[in-house]
Amino acid sequence: MLKISNISKTFNPGTVNAKLAIDNVSLEVKDGDFITVIGANGAGKSTLFNAIAGDFITDSGQIFLDDTDITLMPEYLRAIKIGRLFQDPLRGTAAGMTIEENLTLAAGRGGWLSRISHAQREEFKDMLRELGMGLEDRMKQPMGLLSGGQRQAVTLLMATINPPSLLLLDEHTAALDPAAADKVLKITKDVVEREKLACLMITHNMQSALQLGNRTIMMNKGKIILDVSGEERANMTVADLLQRFKELSGEALDNDRMLLGVE
Amino acid sequence: MNFADMGPLIQTALELGLFSALTVLALYLSYTMLNVCDLSTDGCFTMGATVGAVVAISGHPYLSIFAAMAAGMLSGLVVAFLQTKMGVESLLAGIIVNTAWYSVNIAIMGNSSLLNMNKTDTIFSILKEKLEGTFLASSYKLIIAFVAVALVVTFLSFFLKTRLGLAIRATGNNPDMVKSSSINPAFTTIVGLCIANAFTALSGCLLAQSQKSVNIDIGSGMVTVALASLLIGGAIMSKGGITRRAIGAVIGAFLFRLVYTIALRFNMPAYMLKLVSSVIVIIAISGPYLKKQFPLLQRRMNLRKLNREGR
Repeated sequence: MLKISNISKTFNPGTVNAKLAIDNVSLEVKDGDFITVIGANGAGKSTLFNAIAGDFITDSGQIFLDDTDITLMPEYLRAIKIGRLFQDPLRGTAAGMTIEENLTLAAGRGGWLSRISHAQREEFKDMLRELGMGLEDRMKQPMGLLSGGQRQAVTLLMATINPPSLLLLDEHTAALDPAAADKVLKITKDVVEREKLACLMITHNMQSALQLGNRTIMMNKGKIILDVSGEERANMTVADLLQRFKELSGEALDNDRMLLGVE
Repeated sequence: MNFADMGPLIQTALELGLFSALTVLALYLSYTMLNVCDLSTDGCFTMGATVGAVVAISGHPYLSIFAAMAAGMLSGLVVAFLQTKMGVESLLAGIIVNTAWYSVNIAIMGNSSLLNMNKTDTIFSILKEKLEGTFLASSYKLIIAFVAVALVVTFLSFFLKTRLGLAIRATGNNPDMVKSSSINPAFTTIVGLCIANAFTALSGCLLAQSQKSVNIDIGSGMVTVALASLLIGGAIMSKGGITRRAIGAVIGAFLFRLVYTIALRFNMPAYMLKLVSSVIVIIAISGPYLKKQFPLLQRRMNLRKLNREGR
């Protein structure tokens, strides 16, 4: 479904600040894959996501999504098939607009001059009820009044309201308090299972990196240095993972949050 | 000044307020909703006035209104194109277009900086004739201005709740979110600025036709005057829905003109208008900022005092 072949990206080329952020990366994601992505600070995890989503056009290589070449496709068109969540819960929603207005835009149904229909409102209400956050009674309130966890849950709803082919989760629970993070993660798992979405998830929690999903990739200095799945992954412990990182990269993992074991 | 003077005074303020309210509503769309400060407003306002005048003089009073609005849309398209497709900063795009339109507007008026419509049929002269002898005879300007504003407010309160309208509001709110909804923010910016500038041009066209003349300076400083009115309106109706805030913008335009007209009666020279509107904009924008800074200032004073006493 997603096929990345040999993409590279250098930021600030030709200057002293030149940084090879993605170094000849290839990756194939199969239908229904749930891949966790780990790596040190600045390893290129988010940059890889940005390349897939189209924040920038890569310098070389090609990206295919569902057999369509999306290498040069602008971000807003890729968004039809790629849903995306960021660490910052404020990024995915328009704070000054109401919950139902946000959902209407994400749903994108009807013509440009159509207004929210009664049926649509009921549909949104049912979806919000499923989140179990009491948001179904607050549909006319501005998004800005919601807590981070609530906003992230609604963002997830918006990203999957028209089921995408691929869901990119960039540490989307990292900025939430533990209870909210658990809740959002549970909603994420439910929706991924229900819609059978392929999913890439950046996490700094080594434990959940091994527990969640069916495959784990590790990045370092713009490259994918480890790609484990199946039995090998099932038998892996966090200590194994750290050891493998040391072997493969020649240095200890310096993700401060990972080492501290912060949720 | 006695109370007998107040009637015509309020009527003048209401007329001028409603004409400029159309520009204020344009900024309500571009500045408040789309979060673009469109500095081409002055040039676009003048363009609406010149195009409207030229078409009316050539004998098409009704067509002149639509021609002016079409010119405004074109002007908005140019500004939007520069900032979304040509990499020109949004503020700079407005300034550049504004400057360019100075030449274009003189060209539209046929190499002249002044056009006279004393003997021209306009919607104003037509309505005036029709109302002759009725009790509404003296309110023909007010009627046209009111109808135009009512139409624009109705349009906006409908339009901003459609999917396209929502997308335009979201573009001003969070462009990232617009992209993830598979909508191109460049597209919404273009549509928003085209519509807003159509209203700005309509505003210029109606003002020029109501005063039966247009000169090249008719729109100068309009963006500040309109912004001042918009911010006054926002202070009155900061909360509430789209329609309420649009009406607030109209009330702001009226109040601004009312205060200004009264000040004129108290012998404030007419040339002070622009200084006053600039000061209002400064107060309205920097007021909230200074208010936020105030606790820090207070703390600094207290600390200074403490340090002095400590020594």
